[in-house]
Amino acid sequence: MRLVVVLAVLMGVSGIPDVTISPPTASADTSAHPNSIPETADESEQIEAQTEEGAEEDVMATGELNPNHYPARRAAQVVQHYLNTRYGSPFRLIGVQTVHSGNAEDVTDSRRKYQLELSVNDIISNTTQTCSAELSFTKGKGQQPPEVKASCEELLKIDIKAQEEALYQKYKTSQTLMSAQYLPDSHGHIKPDMEPFWHLGILASSFIMLNESTENTLYNVAQVANITQLTTEEDHLEFDCHTLLHEMVSQEIIHWKMLFTWSPAEGVKVLQMKRLPHRHEREKSPKTN
Amino acid sequence: MSKGQTSSSVTLRPFLEDQEDSLHLIIASGFPAISIADCYKDFLLSQRDNAYLCKAELCGAAVSSGHSNNREITSWMEQMVKDHPDVVTVVKYGKTYESRDISLLKIGLNTGKEKKAIWMDCGIHAREWIAPAFCQYFVREILQTYKTDAKMEEMMKNVDFYVTPVLNIDGYIYTWENETTRLWRKNRSPGPEDCACYGTDLNRNFDASWGTIGVSFNCCSKFYPGSKAMSELEIKAVTNFVGSRKDSFLCFLSIHSYGQMLLIPYGHPNYTAPNYDELMMVGQGATEAMWKVHQTNYTVGTPPDVLYPISGSATDWARMQGIPLTYTFELRDNGRYRFELPEDQIQPTCEEAYRGVLYIVTYTHDKTFNGAVANTAVTLSGILLAAGVTGATLR
Repeated sequence: MRLVVVLAVLMGVSGIPDVTISPPTASADTSAHPNSIPETADESEQIEAQTEEGAEEDVMATGELNPNHYPARRAAQVVQHYLNTRYGSPFRLIGVQTVHSGNAEDVTDSRRKYQLELSVNDIISNTTQTCSAELSFTKGKGQQPPEVKASCEELLKIDIKAQEEALYQKYKTSQTLMSAQYLPDSHGHIKPDMEPFWHLGILASSFIMLNESTENTLYNVAQVANITQLTTEEDHLEFDCHTLLHEMVSQEIIHWKMLFTWSPAEGVKVLQMKRLPHRHEREKSPKTN
Repeated sequence: MSKGQTSSSVTLRPFLEDQEDSLHLIIASGFPAISIADCYKDFLLSQRDNAYLCKAELCGAAVSSGHSNNREITSWMEQMVKDHPDVVTVVKYGKTYESRDISLLKIGLNTGKEKKAIWMDCGIHAREWIAPAFCQYFVREILQTYKTDAKMEEMMKNVDFYVTPVLNIDGYIYTWENETTRLWRKNRSPGPEDCACYGTDLNRNFDASWGTIGVSFNCCSKFYPGSKAMSELEIKAVTNFVGSRKDSFLCFLSIHSYGQMLLIPYGHPNYTAPNYDELMMVGQGATEAMWKVHQTNYTVGTPPDVLYPISGSATDWARMQGIPLTYTFELRDNGRYRFELPEDQIQPTCEEAYRGVLYIVTYTHDKTFNGAVANTAVTLSGILLAAGVTGATLR
């Protein structure tokens, strides 16, 4: 499955002009994003939260990593996001199961490389595979998204083509456009026929989470707040989507809006993504009992 | 029946005496309506609190399956006292910012003697709904077990359990308001005058290296530790209650989600607990016991190792008071659902967490009351039937 990402990053809130990126070549393993997303006040705050005392975060784990400790765990999560951008589907969702071993080294002053052996599983079919992965993080000014190389072809063995085709045809030919909110809801409930859209929201978010990840973040999707199908004449389904990401290290809930497409042939393509402003201004509301 | 209603459910018990089999409860949104009679029948037949497993929000004995809102939890606490008057009392030990009573259940056999104690708090962080659910499960489980299990009866004679089902009541209630408030973490006290946001992170507000690391003094941050140590009423309450009895506490457990971890002190990277080895060893035994239930992996370690550095946390404070075994449980999941754990995962999560807590509680009880620690391995193997823990090397 070829997943090509076309990103137009809109930073309307901070007034940064639009930046359009040409799609990377299909043979590239990584989604290279030469744009740098300027730090917002929120990001600075998040980094500040963890470096009040400074020193601990500057001394990054190097050499053989303890697979139970956070550096390996955070790196593994980045691999998970990468694998979902590459192999994910409404019927295939990948999660990290276990980190077996890891190694980190400083390559240059501003680049660090990780090697991991980990087990990942397809959450839906419950198949597990051991994979090797290599990641490269940059740090300091002009921080780039991480580069990831991982190959977990075994995950493709379960045939989901029929399910994908059925989903595509159903919503391509439907008279009404689907729309769903709060996947899962407050009680963790999702209607079974909405699960593929929950997964699509997670997959589209994986591009963002991959982009945003550093050695000091651990991203998960907390909820797909809204996913709405849009009309299109093209050979794909198109969606407008609002997801809530949970960033574990800062414990923040970060809202993103996305425009993306999906088809069995082309997988997920994110056309636009925009981080929504922090809802501080709405946090002091009249107290309710 | 009105589906889509998000307000609390109606207590079942008063209805049962009066209503026909065909009566349906008004239940919270997202649940199918089922007849009370079906649900209560299960409860009666099973002789246990299987109503917990019912699909309806409330089913028999004021027990809710699924997550309970605060009013349900309060009713449930009162019901526990009514059902077990000889072993359960409610103790109100403080007030929240919004003036709600903070209550715990004190559970233990009345021996007339001064007893040692075990502390458990749930729901310091509002959005971690599985935690209050676990506190309820734990209480029900020990109340069921002690009548038939000699070991649990022994422990209930020697120790009192102090269980706070929801510590951050204001925050918890806020998360039940609607979908947009579901992911609130902190309490609901207003920030300083010059700041737009509400809430202090209660697990950064204890007087334990307060404000030194893992915090942000931007009051909008999820890690805002408050204006000073113990600035928050909720934390004053815990500090006063436990602090005034600290010599009786053997064990202090704080229940959170998510991440599937068992965290030991200290959250501050510069400090190592004097009994670090013991904490790790017992922690590993607990996670092995948990794994045996449903093969769920939990990681043991200090926060700076496995998560991120912390200061001002409940368990750091408890350890500094001299309470020897203090743990923070981060329950399920680590996969798809995060804070919004579905109902069908509540029961298995609680089952495995119970085995972990029981391991720690049994260890600390036996160490205190049964003399040589070398005996503990034998004792544990005997009582942990489902867990079947073996191979724990104890010092």
